[in-house]
Amino acid sequence: MDLRLSDDQQLFRETTRKFLESTCPLETVRRLADAEPAGFDKKWWKRGAELGWVSMLVPEEDGGGSISGHGLLDLVLVAEEMGRLVSPGPLVPTNVVAAALARSGTPTQRREFLPGLVNGDTVAAWCLGTPVAGIDTAGGRVEAAPRDGGYVLDGVTGPVEAGGQADLYLVTIHTGDGVTQCVVPSDTPGVAVGPAHGLDLVRRYAQVRFDQVVVPPDGVLGVAGDAASDAERQLQIAVVLQVAEMVGALDRAFEFTVEYAFDRYSFGRPLASYQALKHRFADMKTWLEASQATAAAAARAVDTESPLAPELASVAKSYVGERGPAILQDCVQLHGGIGVTWDHDLHLYLRRVVTDRSQFGTPSDHRERVAVAMGM
Amino acid sequence: MSTTDTDGIAEAGDDGGESVESFRTRARAWLADTMPPLPDGATNQLLAREDESGERARRLQRLLFDGGFAGISFPAAYGGQGLSRAHQRAFTQESLPYQMPTVFNVPTLSILAPTLLDFGTEEQKVRYIPAMLSGDELWVQFLSEPSGGSDLAGLVTRATRDGDVFVLNGSKIWSSGAFRSDYSLCLARTDWKVPKHRGLTMFILKIHQPGIEVRQIKMVNGTGEFCQEFFDDVLIPATDVVGEVNDGWTVASRLLFHERDATGGGSPYVSGVATAAAGQDGQRSDLLELARETGQTADPRVRQLVAEARVNDRVQSQLVERVTTGIRTGAFPLPAGAIPSLFAATNTERHFDIGLEIAGAGAGAWIDDDADRWGETYLLRQGLSLGGGSNEMQRNIISERVLGMPREYAADRDKPFDEVRHN
Ligand SMILES: Cc1cc2nc3c(=O)[nH]c(=O)nc-3n(C[C@H](O)[C@H](O)[C@H](O)COP(=O)(O)OP(=O)(O)OC[C@H]3O[C@@H](n4cnc5c(N)ncnc54)[C@H](O)[C@@H]3O)c2cc1C
Ligand SMILES: Cc1cc2nc3c(=O)[nH]c(=O)nc-3n(C[C@H](O)[C@H](O)[C@H](O)COP(=O)(O)OP(=O)(O)OC[C@H]3O[C@@H](n4cnc5c(N)ncnc54)[C@H](O)[C@@H]3O)c2cc1C
Repeated sequence: MDLRLSDDQQLFRETTRKFLESTCPLETVRRLADAEPAGFDKKWWKRGAELGWVSMLVPEEDGGGSISGHGLLDLVLVAEEMGRLVSPGPLVPTNVVAAALARSGTPTQRREFLPGLVNGDTVAAWCLGTPVAGIDTAGGRVEAAPRDGGYVLDGVTGPVEAGGQADLYLVTIHTGDGVTQCVVPSDTPGVAVGPAHGLDLVRRYAQVRFDQVVVPPDGVLGVAGDAASDAERQLQIAVVLQVAEMVGALDRAFEFTVEYAFDRYSFGRPLASYQALKHRFADMKTWLEASQATAAAAARAVDTESPLAPELASVAKSYVGERGPAILQDCVQLHGGIGVTWDHDLHLYLRRVVTDRSQFGTPSDHRERVAVAMGM
Repeated sequence: MSTTDTDGIAEAGDDGGESVESFRTRARAWLADTMPPLPDGATNQLLAREDESGERARRLQRLLFDGGFAGISFPAAYGGQGLSRAHQRAFTQESLPYQMPTVFNVPTLSILAPTLLDFGTEEQKVRYIPAMLSGDELWVQFLSEPSGGSDLAGLVTRATRDGDVFVLNGSKIWSSGAFRSDYSLCLARTDWKVPKHRGLTMFILKIHQPGIEVRQIKMVNGTGEFCQEFFDDVLIPATDVVGEVNDGWTVASRLLFHERDATGGGSPYVSGVATAAAGQDGQRSDLLELARETGQTADPRVRQLVAEARVNDRVQSQLVERVTTGIRTGAFPLPAGAIPSLFAATNTERHFDIGLEIAGAGAGAWIDDDADRWGETYLLRQGLSLGGGSNEMQRNIISERVLGMPREYAADRDKPFDEVRHN
């Protein structure tokens, strides 16, 4: 958590935490994993939307609005709290798409799509049909043929988060020598959803196929062939939210692992009394605070569109993406045998953090972006 | 009157004084007029190595002092400028292309001066702090002893009261740069009949005087920075006690706090160095230069390594900012200062490992003797992990005093020191 929160932000964070604790505790997450094909309950998502979960990156004139005037910093609070409880819901993709529409959408596009996203009636997914901003797409490709001022899309993307639940896709493709983005409602003829699998218990993935899908001219978002900086911005937002979620998850897992070390005895002493273990906790605490620090710095840089934003987003992703799983595996180790069981909650956190680590660029992908930012 | 923080440093912009930007402009012009620029390829660190006696540093410090740019965050009453951290940061940013007296930063200005500010008498502060800021007097810390450094409170150098003076006997070791320095803060035992923490006293000690022998110790990289001092009936006036007699542990703890701030990169009293506090994040460029010089910037493996080091440096300065803010606002306890110290030390270890990797065969054998010798740099890899409290001590502090875990067993707890077994 950023140490410099306003009173309103604190209040918002507490409200979000209480809402999540009362409506979606870990038992509910476990139940949704088996019982809910979508991974989340749509009515629940709509209640979250009423709290502002999809408003923050959308200006007031489009029905959105933030707490502090720094929408991304407010949204980061939601992502952290969702990380603490490994909550379900398409927070990242829906907000990324909403931010893209708010940034580059025509008045018609904004009027057509934003209200539903903001009030929680619809959700959105981001389909990468081409590598953007140095981040590969696991082989998925969508080709685009120009037609009548729009495009015809052909190809497959995925695994796409919330691909099977989304009402709206933002498709990023390569056209000519530039990047183009299209908005494609999921009921457009030629769009089909195929199965994909995810490590997280409640985060759903799908393949999204495009078979001769016609995108009319008003389906193009922003300037055709000139959307690379929009896509870069979307990546930065996705990364900031992912990192915040990882930090929230790590913070909670570390908290209950410390408690466990006080409560569990071996050789007549609490685990917390052994120097060998104390030193590991000290290392973990150091990495955790470092993760908090870099997450907050990245969020601030991306929020203000600082020239350092591309680098600082990648610094945070590569650091937390590398340290996060290492901290959690240490938590497993310090729990002993119980730490590798299904019934213990640690694996929920491990699954979430490994998922976030791996999507939208691995730590090495982001180190390569840092190398580029350094002028190498 | 400007509002001040818990540490007494002015806050920027709330006293109607000079704004940071106007100060920056003035500093820029003054630096260009006054300070010698760094020669091509030189760093202040390299120049300091050639300035064994410290004479060059004293001259440069004097220039800063006469120009009104020494001790930017120090109170004006003691020769400083009474300005905020933001003013200090701005000055450092402007000063990077120039030769600067960086030797004065640690420990004189960032550790010992702030400890005197916290605990010194008015007479002590007036006598000693302006002399540090003007470049007249360099200081050093006399803490570690041959019998042990981690167990600082278990030291055995003895100061016996005799009327208005104390008589000092014993030895200090690993004191960096003592041979060129003028004064020290020296911790000694004044009462042997009480448990170890309660029988210590902190003294201001003049280094070059009868009864003190200073010997340089050759270090692994060939330099003679380390010193050992031998005390033979040295007389210390009682007016040179800092804090209370037998309450030296309180003073030492505060000194160690300032030391963690300095080694972790968060000290507001460091000037002219691209530390985290200077807002010059990620300025270390030695690995990038090594990759360039060795023609490896296109090698994906080397790109990963150089970027990893940059990531760690960026995160280090972000962490310093977080913990400094947390301590100042009370969100973190004081011992949380051990967190950035541990991070800085382990980051430095990794930094040297990466250098060794990129240097390849050249780390072990070379032809061009002018090239950066990474192998030799690497020999001192553990310096930051030992000096200023070892990593293990920092880990004890974090687990015990930040996380609240049980203290280590200590055979000497609550025992009168003269009944404790020691080296
Ligand atoms: C895959 C797997 C297979 C297993 N198969 C078997 C089997 O077939 N039969 C069987 O009987 N058991 C089996 N075990 C159990 C295994 O032996 C125990 O998990 C192990 O001994 C640790 O005990 P614990 O889980 O109670 O953890 P604890 O003893 O509670 O330890 C928790 C943590 O504290 C550390 N710790 C504890 N005491 C100290 C100390 N004094 N100093 C420093 N660190 C300490 C431990 O290393 C661990 O990290 C298996 C475990 C696993 C994971
Ligand atoms: C570059 C450098 C500059 C220095 N400058 C100064 C200076 O200016 N003034 C000064 O007074 N000192 C200085 N020192 C000394 C430094 O403070 C000591 O080296 C340090 O405190 C460790 O003390 P020691 O060397 O006696 O090692 P010891 O205390 O003997 O420790 C040896 C090893 O055991 C570990 N250890 C000890 N006790 C414990 C424990 N309870 N739990 C776990 N591990 C433990 C230590 O971490 C270390 O790894 C400097 C040291 C270095 C390397």
